[in-house]
Amino acid sequence: MDTEHVGKLSIVEGEEHDDLCTTLVLHGEDHTLGNVVRHMLIKNPAVEFAGYSVPHPSENKINLRIQTYSTPCLSALYRALDDITDVCDHVLEQIDKAEVKARR
Amino acid sequence: MAMLASSFVISLLGSAQFIKLNAGASFSIINGYGRAHFANFSSMAHIEEIRNKIHLDLHTVRNTEDTRYPGTYSGYDDSWNLAKFKKDFKLEIVSRSAREVEFDMIGIDTPFANAFRRILLAEVPTMAVEQVFIYNNTSVMQDEVLAHRLGLLPINVDPRLFEMKKKDDKVTERNTLRFRLKVRCKRNKKAPSDTTNPDELYLNSKVYTRTIEWEPIGDQKNWIPGGVRFTEDDILINVLRPGQELDMVLSAVKGIGSDHAKFSPVATASYRLMPEIQLLQPFRGHLAEKLKNCFSPGVIEIESGEAVVKCARLDTGSREVLRHSELADKVKLLKVRDHFIFTIESTGALDPLDLMREAIRILKDKCKTYRKELDVLTT
Repeated sequence: MDTEHVGKLSIVEGEEHDDLCTTLVLHGEDHTLGNVVRHMLIKNPAVEFAGYSVPHPSENKINLRIQTYSTPCLSALYRALDDITDVCDHVLEQIDKAEVKARR
Repeated sequence: MAMLASSFVISLLGSAQFIKLNAGASFSIINGYGRAHFANFSSMAHIEEIRNKIHLDLHTVRNTEDTRYPGTYSGYDDSWNLAKFKKDFKLEIVSRSAREVEFDMIGIDTPFANAFRRILLAEVPTMAVEQVFIYNNTSVMQDEVLAHRLGLLPINVDPRLFEMKKKDDKVTERNTLRFRLKVRCKRNKKAPSDTTNPDELYLNSKVYTRTIEWEPIGDQKNWIPGGVRFTEDDILINVLRPGQELDMVLSAVKGIGSDHAKFSPVATASYRLMPEIQLLQPFRGHLAEKLKNCFSPGVIEIESGEAVVKCARLDTGSREVLRHSELADKVKLLKVRDHFIFTIESTGALDPLDLMREAIRILKDKCKTYRKELDVLTT
């Protein structure tokens, strides 16, 4: 595993990008995060296109492409990450409730 | 409904598919960024079914992909809405034991269910034997095979008490567990003279996990409540014969399943979608009997002469019913897109429901990490 890059985020080099479209590299991630982030991005109507790919199975990274209509694409990613956190918080809460209910 | 009678605009982001409907309705989704594709629907129910159900045909599966994204359907607001999610989401525990839990997650999108499952398999950490110092091994099992077997033994200790040991870190009580395996096989002098059973003839002829002794490092005895054991006492590790000996020191560290499967905290973690069976007309008499026999026991029952769907949950997804021409077009086999029947079977270190909590926290942590990384990138 490429431990040096774990948890790192960068912009794909050699590609033109601006506020409204960019391709990011998420080092140390795979379909687990990629698919959730893509899902949350395209749930946002401000996003024109979002997709991810695993460029090579033995390289531990994913490419994430984001295109937006008018809002900066990085702020769309911020929002997607926050939305995912909200879902996680709610599911955690519901697990606790279901556990209490199951004990009765 | 007036809007639906006419043709209307649909589009789909970043996904290629082509869907055709029966009953005179046609519906097509073509890939592309563009948003100008047309569809006719004979009824609202068709759209609802495409949105919410997966359809099983005899040889194919239709509507597998979630299309509920903004811009796909006019008349629907599919943008992310936390309040709506909170209102619709349900989590119910179906059965629970020390090692296994089954629960229903309703109203969550597939990427989440799948992320939780993947994190459970590969990213929730546990402790496992990583290094074995072999002082003596005169058994017939090669050192590396024995070391591999020791690595796979599940350890019954809460991994949250420990830190990850990085490559050059020194061994401390916070990152390593140490065990000693020292056993020698001897002849049993008290064995009955007429026996041929090796268990009676020899002492220590079978080496089980209970033979391995935990050797606390530093102050571990005080902060690990209940001490450290393997999750089962009677996992067979090796078989010895008189004069053969094992003498080794094992050191266990914290790790994750994507590094090595021995660190995976679950035996299985999987989900399936809730089946739904629709009977399009009443079934009576021999046809009802035939219908019932097409499914697993308990799915279809006959009540006062008529077949009813009693418990779709028990359905295995068998499409036997579609092989019979007299039944095939009178039954609809579906799966509910956002009703996940989740099963987690722990290897024993943590309660399965706690594993689920850990998995969700790990997904949260990932988001937190990338939020920070974004801060760095944007400044």
